[in-house]
Amino acid sequence: MPDIIQRATAGTMESSDAYVEIEPREGGLEIQLESVVLYQYGQDIEQSVRAVLLEYGVENALVSIVDRGALDCVIRARVETAIRRGKGGRP
Amino acid sequence: METKLVSTLEEAIRSVGLKDGMTVSFHHHLRNGDYILNLVMEQVAAMGIRDLTVNASSLFDVHLPLMEHIRSGVVTRLLTDYVSGGIGRHLSQGILEAPVEFRSHGTRATDIASEKTPIDVAFLAVPAADCRGNATGKLGRAACGSLGYAIPDAMYAKKVVLITDTLLPYPLSDWAIPECFVDYVVQVPEIGDPRGILSGTTRITRDPVGLVMAELAAKTIAGSGLLKEGFSFQTGAGGASLAAAAALKKIMEKEHITGSFALGGITGYLVEMLRAGCFRQLMDVQCFDLDAVASIRDDPRHREISAIHYAGPGTRGAVVDSLDVVILGATEIDTNFNVNVHTDSSGCLMGGSGGHTDAAAGAKLTMIIAPLVRARLPIVTDRVTCISTPGDTVDVLVTQRGIAVNPRRPELRQRLLEAGLPVTDIEALKKRAEAIAGIPRPVPRGDRVVAEVLGRDGRVQDQILSLPSDF
Repeated sequence: MPDIIQRATAGTMESSDAYVEIEPREGGLEIQLESVVLYQYGQDIEQSVRAVLLEYGVENALVSIVDRGALDCVIRARVETAIRRGKGGRP
Repeated sequence: METKLVSTLEEAIRSVGLKDGMTVSFHHHLRNGDYILNLVMEQVAAMGIRDLTVNASSLFDVHLPLMEHIRSGVVTRLLTDYVSGGIGRHLSQGILEAPVEFRSHGTRATDIASEKTPIDVAFLAVPAADCRGNATGKLGRAACGSLGYAIPDAMYAKKVVLITDTLLPYPLSDWAIPECFVDYVVQVPEIGDPRGILSGTTRITRDPVGLVMAELAAKTIAGSGLLKEGFSFQTGAGGASLAAAAALKKIMEKEHITGSFALGGITGYLVEMLRAGCFRQLMDVQCFDLDAVASIRDDPRHREISAIHYAGPGTRGAVVDSLDVVILGATEIDTNFNVNVHTDSSGCLMGGSGGHTDAAAGAKLTMIIAPLVRARLPIVTDRVTCISTPGDTVDVLVTQRGIAVNPRRPELRQRLLEAGLPVTDIEALKKRAEAIAGIPRPVPRGDRVVAEVLGRDGRVQDQILSLPSDF
């Protein structure tokens, strides 16, 4: 499975959504998270992001997420779409 | 005729004898368009006066320069009923040594009247005045309608300075503040920006979740048995509350019910209900939009009332005590029905009771309307971050996924069940929200008390802690 080959985004900055950016990067995964519910759900969000990355075999990428209070299913969907776009495929 | 006009604010401040350590007061009818609080505090600071207590009925982001006067020691104590998010963040970081004192609008008014919180000088922005100090909010370029929150300050402050941009010939007869309370009148070019005077929240929601809640809210009112001839009503200016008022209007028109009055902050939607014959009177402590301003000026059925008359606890008569139903919002509600409107779920100040606590205490049916989950956070918690309005004054929570009735009101629960409404209990709503959003981890708090919330009985009802230093 190809790794991330291009910068890609998914989602919006609307309340209850998340905006995800992914870009190619050497030397592993880096996840940057900004969230309005960082204290309450920050750990859960990071776990979900890592789970989706693992599912898609992404081992090298910079992922940044601006979370505006999205539910877990929304975060997973946005990350998944960003990965697909980043791999050059259609979302 | 001897006028009370003085040519500058500086002269007025000198004439009233404002000194270090005194208390000054302001009202918030100009909301985020107010120029006067900043203008006065800037002048006071320039004159070297320090250690003041500011008693302001509410503070908005336009008042952020006040934070500088706090940092520099011009202001050392703050009493208020509501703060916007920008002001709240500074206060939550603990820029004041003494905790901010929060009261409800009614409690502020009676504490001023009883001199529990005496005011040395009230600086009152008035959209129009005459040279002897008769003043109104109904006229002038920055007309705001009712001056209800300014009236106790005018009546009980030791000295009263009016600041206006519109001087009209004596006597200005439709006054909210009569000359007998006024010491000086100052004319300035502009008291405020009319665009900022209008509240930003006064549109009916188009959010489908909000509309479902509104429909349920109206059905709950109908099902409660209170919706009959003479019905009285208060609602906030939030989108879902306005949608609930619109849904209620439909029922009232269909069933030909004429209510006695609508109360509180008045919007164009309530004016429309008055004109449609849903109510005989509007009792208006504050106008939220231009339709309300025009109506209070032109329609004798639309009446201005003072904050004391509106909501003062322990008075000989406050209108909230005759209220059938009030619809209110919440940032959080706990399983004991306590409501938080002071902080967000992270503990940062961003609001205040305003009239929330007063209307809840007075109304026969106090309804909280809120979505089950807001930006992932479940609305129902085990214990609210701050008790703004105590749970024993709250009767029902309406969400898009069902209605929870306070166990103190079994007869109400029974009525709503008989009306076929989706009644559940508050624990079930909490579980349902957590199933959707996940269980939130507790938010760390700082170790300083940055604010105290006083109840209508005058006792400290809750304390608000600072934000942790890494917030």
